[in-house]
Amino acid sequence: MTIYLMCFILFLVGFYGVITKRDLVKIILSLAIMGYSTNLFLIIFAYRTGAHYPILEKGTSVTAMVDPLPQALVLTSIVIELGITALLVALAVRLYGKYKTFDITKIRRLLG
Amino acid sequence: MKSHDGMTLIVKTVTRLSVWLIILYGLYIILHGHLTPGGGFGGGVVIALAFLNVLLAFGHKFTGEWLKIPLLEKLESGSTLLFMLVGLLGIFYAGSFLANYIIKGSLYHLFSAGTIPLLNIIIGVKVAMSLFLVVWVMAAFKIEEEEEQ
Amino acid sequence: MILPLLIIVPLLTAFLITFIGGKKDTAAVILTLFAVTILLCMSLYSFIITGAQTQTYQMSAWAIPYGISLVLDPLSGFMMVMIAIISFTSALFSIQYIRHLQQDWKYYALFMLLLTGMNGVVMTGDIFNLFVFMEIALFAAFGLVAFGGKAEEYEAAFKYAVMGSVSSTIILFGIAVIYSATSSLTMSVIAQRLPLLDQKMVLWVGGLFMAGFGLKTAAMPFHAWLPDAHSSAPAPISSMLSGVLIKALGVYVLIRFFFNVLGAPRLFLTLFLVLGSISILVGVFLAIGQWDMKRLLAYHSISQIGYILLGLGLASPLAIFGAVFHMFNHALFKSLLFYNAGSVELALGTRNLKHLGNLSRILPVTSGTSMIASLSISGIPPFNGFFSKLVIIIAAIKTGHPVYALVAVVGSLLTLASFMKVQRYGFHGEKIIEKTVNKVGWSMNLAMICLAVLCLVTSALIIPGIREAIMDPVVNVITQKSQYLHVVMGR
Repeated sequence: MTIYLMCFILFLVGFYGVITKRDLVKIILSLAIMGYSTNLFLIIFAYRTGAHYPILEKGTSVTAMVDPLPQALVLTSIVIELGITALLVALAVRLYGKYKTFDITKIRRLLG
Repeated sequence: MKSHDGMTLIVKTVTRLSVWLIILYGLYIILHGHLTPGGGFGGGVVIALAFLNVLLAFGHKFTGEWLKIPLLEKLESGSTLLFMLVGLLGIFYAGSFLANYIIKGSLYHLFSAGTIPLLNIIIGVKVAMSLFLVVWVMAAFKIEEEEEQ
Repeated sequence: MILPLLIIVPLLTAFLITFIGGKKDTAAVILTLFAVTILLCMSLYSFIITGAQTQTYQMSAWAIPYGISLVLDPLSGFMMVMIAIISFTSALFSIQYIRHLQQDWKYYALFMLLLTGMNGVVMTGDIFNLFVFMEIALFAAFGLVAFGGKAEEYEAAFKYAVMGSVSSTIILFGIAVIYSATSSLTMSVIAQRLPLLDQKMVLWVGGLFMAGFGLKTAAMPFHAWLPDAHSSAPAPISSMLSGVLIKALGVYVLIRFFFNVLGAPRLFLTLFLVLGSISILVGVFLAIGQWDMKRLLAYHSISQIGYILLGLGLASPLAIFGAVFHMFNHALFKSLLFYNAGSVELALGTRNLKHLGNLSRILPVTSGTSMIASLSISGIPPFNGFFSKLVIIIAAIKTGHPVYALVAVVGSLLTLASFMKVQRYGFHGEKIIEKTVNKVGWSMNLAMICLAVLCLVTSALIIPGIREAIMDPVVNVITQKSQYLHVVMGR
């Protein structure tokens, strides 16, 4: 139970960062932390105590295995996060080119 | 633009030696994707990192001449088309998109698992190209920005 | 057999366009138009052929608990037709609108990816696959919002991307909770297993999904990103985002998940009602003070989404008919209004209502169709908006919620007021404007006329015979909650 709670706290740390930070790069990093906490959550509930890693090898018999599906999901979500981080960084670079600042409070041409 | 012409001689020499080893390792991961951990995505990332090593060590100009960027762009979108071609052939041969229609072979062999190694190779090319091009493009518009100033 | 093609065709077109790439913009236009026409034909065909039936398709021939299944039931077919109509007109509108920006092959590639994502979301029967398609659609949307390359557009896209990825993370968290509880990602299997579990789980999952997809839907407490993103995007994309994206990614998933998978728990229906009515009022109040035409329209999207949520929350068959009908109507008239705003912006170089005047001479088609769309959105009788709002209001009274009916009426009146402002200042003002910056071309006019005609024609869906034939299968999917499970598992 503690480990799930820690995971949720990590999620909240990321969320706190997204809400309160003013720097574009810090916002992107906070989003990444949120993503990592979710990935961690997926991995830890797939863990079975005393289980084998989910790969068939020559000469080993199939015993209890860790659930492999969440690991596949995590791989997919890592790819998606990679894409979104790249996109956000590209937007941040462009925004820096236009406004000459990373401070979100100074990037306010739209009303809200 | 001194800063973009690469790092010191030591770094360049080490990179020159190691880059092919890294690419080889990436290829190994891609080709054994259906037998061991890894596969198209992991191997593709390793190959992209080899290219990025060159970009970091030798700078923007050299990498642009060494790798043919338009060719990489074609490979990047072409590999997706190939992936879908393999998927569509599944409809014609086995009645379902992405169905595994090649003979599966026997377990633990390199040439087994039907279309999966094929798809792994395609994904590896796609991931390597797109990951490298993302960084390449971003590095390029940083330079543009500086030239404006 | 037709099911995977509905996803493959736009995906293939997107990558063919990038493969050809380079300077061949005409090829991209032709490919896009070709693909969009094929999709329109295929989705109409599948909607008509399917009727009340449900088709399922197993990806890579794996059976249901293991593989990813595509499900085409009447609700999915209905959404698909809606997406196809709007994307067809949007592609038509884009031909001349996007010409003034450079490198429009990139635009068309992203456009097709957006379409892929939305078609995938409405067809998939697997909850993680839904997440992946949703991300594809969102990526394309972020790129398209920033496509113009102005500072405001980057700012809006950044805001939208941050909001979008926060909501996606919340949704992924929800998916993780579901998977840990039911050991399955297939929606029909989840629907089967969830009632056997602790009901606290339903609260957890429902709460996470409500927050995640609520952000995508832009219902009231989660609306902050919408006006920026939808008003900064190029006009055809604003119409895609406001017209179909928030419905395919938001409302459709809410319907599918809360009605078909969770079985419409009472608590969340009440939440729909409350969020819906707050959205109606606050959206319209915020809209009425705007002078930027596209911003005004974007705020109206929040208010109109409120009507749909209100109809869903009432949950009687009549109310759900109203909600689904209003969803379709809103896609038509809101897209039309965004095209109007886009052609005004292209022709005069501004979309500030204070700088506009009498446009009925120089832009006859635009001002005529905008009149139709305005009447339609504010609920004036012969047009479709009137009927769907009326159905929702009647349903609210019938189910014993007169307060919500009052909210809907007040919202409708305020909508009328704000569109009288648009017409008064924007299209029929005193200032006579003689010359235009750019010409509004034939394809833009054609797109607007198509939608204006549809605004009138779709009123026919209220006529009893037609309503039973077309709308009842769609409503039945939503009202008979567990039917989905049996139909999908039955094959």
